Amino acid sequence: MTTATRPHTTQAAASAWKRRSRLQRFSQALSPLLRRPGFSLALLVVLFALAAALVPHGLTSFDPYATSPAEKLRAPDALHWFGTDELGRDLYTRVVYGASLSVQAALLAVGIALAGGLGLGVLAGFAGGRTDAAIMRLIDVLLALPGLLLALAIVTAIGFGTVPVAIAVGVGIIPGFARTTRAEVLRVKTLPYVEAARLGGASWARTLLRHVLPNAWGPVAVLATLDFGAAILATAGLSFLGFGAAPPAAEWGTLIANGRHFLITAPWVSLLPGLFVVAVVFSLNHLARTFEENAR
Amino acid sequence: MNRYLIGRIGQALLVLWGAYTVTYFILYLLPGDTLAIMLSASGMEADGLSPEDLAKARAYYGLDKGIFEQYFDLLWRALHGDLGQSLSLNRPVTALLAERLPQTLSLAGLAIVLSLLGGIGLAYLTAYLQWRPLKVALARLPSLGFSVPVFWMGLLLIQVFAFGLGWFPATGSQGLASLVLPAVTLAIPSAAVYAQVLQRGFQGVWQEPYIATAYAKGLSRAQVQARHALRNAALPILTLVGLQVGNTVSGAVLVETIFSRNGVGRLAQEAVLRQDIPVVLAIVAVSAAAFVLVNLIVDLLYPYLDPRITHAAKVTRA
Repeated sequence: MTTATRPHTTQAAASAWKRRSRLQRFSQALSPLLRRPGFSLALLVVLFALAAALVPHGLTSFDPYATSPAEKLRAPDALHWFGTDELGRDLYTRVVYGASLSVQAALLAVGIALAGGLGLGVLAGFAGGRTDAAIMRLIDVLLALPGLLLALAIVTAIGFGTVPVAIAVGVGIIPGFARTTRAEVLRVKTLPYVEAARLGGASWARTLLRHVLPNAWGPVAVLATLDFGAAILATAGLSFLGFGAAPPAAEWGTLIANGRHFLITAPWVSLLPGLFVVAVVFSLNHLARTFEENAR
Repeated sequence: MNRYLIGRIGQALLVLWGAYTVTYFILYLLPGDTLAIMLSASGMEADGLSPEDLAKARAYYGLDKGIFEQYFDLLWRALHGDLGQSLSLNRPVTALLAERLPQTLSLAGLAIVLSLLGGIGLAYLTAYLQWRPLKVALARLPSLGFSVPVFWMGLLLIQVFAFGLGWFPATGSQGLASLVLPAVTLAIPSAAVYAQVLQRGFQGVWQEPYIATAYAKGLSRAQVQARHALRNAALPILTLVGLQVGNTVSGAVLVETIFSRNGVGRLAQEAVLRQDIPVVLAIVAVSAAAFVLVNLIVDLLYPYLDPRITHAAKVTRA
């Protein structure tokens, strides 16, 4: 891949050097990736899920709650892409509308984990000494609690629903973020340019925001992409167990859970929504892996 | 070595205590009204009770004391093996756990064995194969493995192997045949993790000089991989086995619910559904204990499996 981009860069160096804008740099980094079919496909699936979360009504013409008993448990066909469920509701529409709940829950969870994990990690990495030791012991303790069980304990305490589930999942993935951030901050902190910034008279806060964080960001962003997928799986798991949104609203996990009663007669009711979840999470993992490989 | 051992055990106990404490504070302090949750868990309505009855109930559940007094009381009793009473089932939690643990232990044990076999087998095959397209496809397989929701995989396996082919029972907890599908379901995510790490391990190991030496001795590719590459690439797997215990326990909650097995995972799901706080606390504490114990064993095993690692300082001070 480096050989493919080389002629381009020498050509650019021959003409008068101009500082590239952020957008140009971004598109230049992205264009070789887009030529890989796997990456483009994964990006497309993730974008589709995000679009479904934002404008579900734009992607389907059915109403997710409109029941029609005459059409119950129809197998997938040209009209009902994923078939219909036990009340005759179009399953594809339910999946698209479920995306808004599931993706929002996952975004909220990753947001909480990012805020908490970045905060703790930066504090531990920057403060060092006793603060660092205390925070890292807390992280060790949180890591010893299996993720789903910690989430279950939180859900027991704060109640059921999409938002509590998202909070519980978010708290569960804080430790990973805190560890990665701390490791990166520790690595960046010792680099010469941080010292230079400090000698130049920049305050700690400015050094942190302008010099340390932008350079410590990469691995954390990869982890965030990976954990976005993990958060989708975890929220789906919790709503599968029956702690998610109340019916008739349906998250992906709830859809799969409802379908399992018809597994013998109508397997698509739970298997197709699940396949969609697999596609989204697999795409997220693929994106994260590509970014990781490219960063190296 | 002895000092290391004592220190390591002390650290494990400290983590366990921390886990218990964190869970206690989540379960007993986070809810706005713990008493209402406990009353509704035992089948009563808080609104229908007179203030005297409420005060009596508060005293019965030990909620009238200070937070720390309650906490130390619970901790003291937990240390003596008394994990309290289940609110909804009216039985001691210890008895419930003792009744359900064997189911979960056999499930988790079989799952760990299967995940190791599957993960190492897949990575070994990937490293051995020479045909490029198949190699790439196998290298992508692990990331598919942990993208699949555990519960969906379970349903798929039920659909294919129980309803479609009729090889195994779909649900139930009797006999070895009923253990196969749940264990396979539970093993897949862990196997994917092992396979991915081992695949990367093999890639790294092939560059090492001792591989060149092994070839120079006249060993075949198969011999080099089995005797030299695998043993060096497989070491990180041991740490991962310890870390995956948490995921296995988490997965057990889902798997036991799908396959309706009477294990601790299902107990956890039911306890959360009924907001049975003492049971949830006990299950979280027991699984944290399992995690800590397995990781302690893994740490202590390391020097025996990799002689380069010693816990005692070798270098004497000058």
